[in-house]
Amino acid sequence: MNTAVVTFPGSNCDDDARDTLARVMECSVKAVWHKDRLSFSDFDLVVLPGGFSYGDYLRCGAMASLSPVMEGIKEFAAKGGRVLGICNGFQILCEAGLLPGALTINAGQKFICKDVSLKVENSVAPWTCEWKVAEKAVFPIAHGDGRYWIDEAGLAKLKSQNQILFTYLENPNGSTGDIAGIRNEQGNVFGLMPHPERASELRSRDGLKLWKSIRSLGKVAS
Amino acid sequence: MSARIDDLEVATLKTALSLGLSAEEYQHVCRKLERPPVFAELGVFCAMFSEHCSYKSSKKFLKRFPTTGKRVVQGPGENAGVLDIGDGWAVAFKMESHNHPSFIEPFQGAATGVGGIMRDVFTMGARPIASMDCLFFGSPEWERTPSIVRGVVHGVGHYGNCVGVPTVAGQTLFHPCYTRNPLVNAFTLGLLRKDEVFLGSASGLGNPVVYVGSKTGRDGVHGATMSSREFSTEGELDRPTVQVGDPFTEKLLLEATLEAMQAGLIIGIQDMGAAGLTSSSFEMAYRAGTGLRVDLDKVPTREPDLSAYELLLSESQERMLLVALPEHVEGLKKIFDKWDLHSEVIGEVVEGRSVKMFHKGRLVVDLPVELVTDPPMADRAVAAPGDLKQRWFLDRNRLLSTPLADKIAAVITDFNFADPARVVEQYDSMVGNRTESGTFDDAAVLRLRDVKERQVRLALKADCNPRVCWLSPREGGRRSVAECALNLATQGAEPIGITDCLNFGSPENPEVMWQFEEAVEGISEACRALKVPVISGNVSFYNETDGNPIYPSPVVGMVGLIEGPEKLAMNSFYSSDLEIGLLGPVEAGLGGSVLASRVFKRECGQPDDTDLSMVDRMVKLCQRLRQAKTEMALHDVSDGGVLSAGLEMAFRSKVPVGLELACPPGADLDRFLFGEGLPRILIAYEPSERVGIESMVTQSGIPFHVIGTTNDSEAFKLRQGGASVYLSKLADLKKPWADRWAGLFN
Repeated sequence: MNTAVVTFPGSNCDDDARDTLARVMECSVKAVWHKDRLSFSDFDLVVLPGGFSYGDYLRCGAMASLSPVMEGIKEFAAKGGRVLGICNGFQILCEAGLLPGALTINAGQKFICKDVSLKVENSVAPWTCEWKVAEKAVFPIAHGDGRYWIDEAGLAKLKSQNQILFTYLENPNGSTGDIAGIRNEQGNVFGLMPHPERASELRSRDGLKLWKSIRSLGKVAS
Repeated sequence: MSARIDDLEVATLKTALSLGLSAEEYQHVCRKLERPPVFAELGVFCAMFSEHCSYKSSKKFLKRFPTTGKRVVQGPGENAGVLDIGDGWAVAFKMESHNHPSFIEPFQGAATGVGGIMRDVFTMGARPIASMDCLFFGSPEWERTPSIVRGVVHGVGHYGNCVGVPTVAGQTLFHPCYTRNPLVNAFTLGLLRKDEVFLGSASGLGNPVVYVGSKTGRDGVHGATMSSREFSTEGELDRPTVQVGDPFTEKLLLEATLEAMQAGLIIGIQDMGAAGLTSSSFEMAYRAGTGLRVDLDKVPTREPDLSAYELLLSESQERMLLVALPEHVEGLKKIFDKWDLHSEVIGEVVEGRSVKMFHKGRLVVDLPVELVTDPPMADRAVAAPGDLKQRWFLDRNRLLSTPLADKIAAVITDFNFADPARVVEQYDSMVGNRTESGTFDDAAVLRLRDVKERQVRLALKADCNPRVCWLSPREGGRRSVAECALNLATQGAEPIGITDCLNFGSPENPEVMWQFEEAVEGISEACRALKVPVISGNVSFYNETDGNPIYPSPVVGMVGLIEGPEKLAMNSFYSSDLEIGLLGPVEAGLGGSVLASRVFKRECGQPDDTDLSMVDRMVKLCQRLRQAKTEMALHDVSDGGVLSAGLEMAFRSKVPVGLELACPPGADLDRFLFGEGLPRILIAYEPSERVGIESMVTQSGIPFHVIGTTNDSEAFKLRQGGASVYLSKLADLKKPWADRWAGLFN
């Protein structure tokens, strides 16, 4: 599987994502700099990793969503290319309009780093098909701005279109509908606050199921 | 005040005194220069002769540390020490204090402390992969303590989380002696190739001196001198001397610096830390045996009209000084441009042994390097306190007549007997994907996914017991080292080296100097016994407010190696049918214990001298236990003795358990249950494993006693001589432990 991991200034989980994809999942991994303008058509997966892009000094992800690399990513996504945003990557996808809703400061006003239990809400290709619906997965979270917000109409739509893939069993941050991760309507863009790359060898191995789901489906037909 | 004085105005004794130089030091400078310094030069001397930069009171004692060993690549004296971990890999680490700034402005003080130590590590060419923080706060009853705690914890977390260096271990404690003088000690460890160590050296005549990173502002002017004096209660007026941290810029600087090093574009490099441009330029010239010419007009600034004095002494954060070949300047600029950082050639390496600095066409500093970097040492008086005998008196009769339930209550209601979750969950302890065991365990363990040649893990711990240090600073020094080693032992690690952060009161107080000397001796004794070198460190004096020094607080950070793939022991119970053994003496001393402090409302008793050879045997025993592949849990016995250790193992258990402890026949219950002398470790295992474990333990010359079991009662029961002497629901004991620090964060 051909993957690309984008580094924004302030990304700090980019190396973890590259290492997991390359060493654990034996994928080919390209490191992409945020100023690169490239077409991603040769890739099966583009990952926007966690971190503090631009220091999160503006709204988290807002600056990065305007980086040159995002043009190529938007095109890639529009053609059905798979884009995964983890933590800060999820925030960037929301700011870029590739996913609905917004991520705001945790209800407790503090950064939280710990393992959380997630419930698989939908078992769908290519993200969660290795799980059964309602199965439990343990992933770590590490964020200060992970409270997912969407209005009632938006929430109803997410539910009716089966866009919610993970919810928290115990909501750590005040997210609307306990939401931990969502996909777009077309299903090819997925963002989540918990860190699957941290749950692939250490802590839990539940993250492997996510990578396996993606890998089992091979290349995207475009 | 300073901006109004011209840089070239001749500095009088009066001005020198007002800026912290002593009369002797001023006269020494005039004599050597054969003229009085000008104002800008005075700034250089004030910073470089400060206790913080010069180590003038401590240097002669620090020479006693054992600093050599087969793994030592770089010992003390550089930005950080470096140890060989095999297969061409090495680790660089150091610990530093940021105590004074953290009292004045807790958030920025703590954040910039973390930032500074990270820069010390990556200037060596190492990628930072783990941090630890020792945070000592004052009385929780003092009205400002919660806001200091919140600010410091937030600052530590904010900086580390943003740069992407996990905070994996540390120590958070409360004691009234830190009420107006909290301690913030930050440790960072980085990974590098053994033959790619970078040093802070300005070598190669004609080579350009390059400034990289953030622009310079007025913040932190005189930070080093501020850290070298006591506080008065008007301490808050010092706020403008605290620096402001920008972890985002630090992350960019880290990546750009490592990229430039990889590309072979850097010859020497140093962080502009305390005393900023002054210390970095003089120290780099000193190490290389060269001179420097610096054009201060080229320094990128945030605001116009900074005087030479301010440019020299600014402690603006996230800046580095480096030396490169002339033909590499272009390449450097390209890399720093990529990361949106400034890089500017501000001078060059020149012949001779002096540093000349120009500003607006004037020569404002012209000083011999050695005069600045070798200040006159202070010969401080040393005197033991007269009341040690009184401190060591422990009223055993009163302790014996105190009901057991009251003693247990005293220990488990101690403010430091608490679940650290509210603090440590604010730190990203996992970024980097190496953290195998972390903030809740006896020691942090990092797998080194970078080392492909063999399976090797690092273990980290930092520790200090201020109660014991106050009663016996020598024993306190020993315990700082031994306690770390025993915590590492629970993970089966072999200690390979330490760094230290020595926090003390004013060196002008002979009793403080006695404490200092004793603590250094204690650390040295323990290091020699365990064969671990001291490879870096930091001294922080003047930790006192209104003449009240903190307890001597020699904090030690230790690094160990775990070879091989064998599973780590757990630090908590994992089943409700385990047997519990005690490795080490069945009784331990009560001098300096939590029990004694709580019952007598003051530190008392003479702490036992630690049997260092037994500590060494215990550490080696635990390595063998891990290799035996038996499933087990190990937990170090420290504050609160066997009682606290047993309860913590139960509270952390992932399955519901009950705990029953029994005082072995003939043992004194207080000394068994509450004693804190080292080394003692609790071990829990399947009963069928006892024979194998016991024979390994006794072969090591370590006493072994079976002292309890886990069961499914979900209660804590204590037995003595067959009779039940204490019974409580575990849940009733756990809740106050879990919630103890909640009020600090509301």
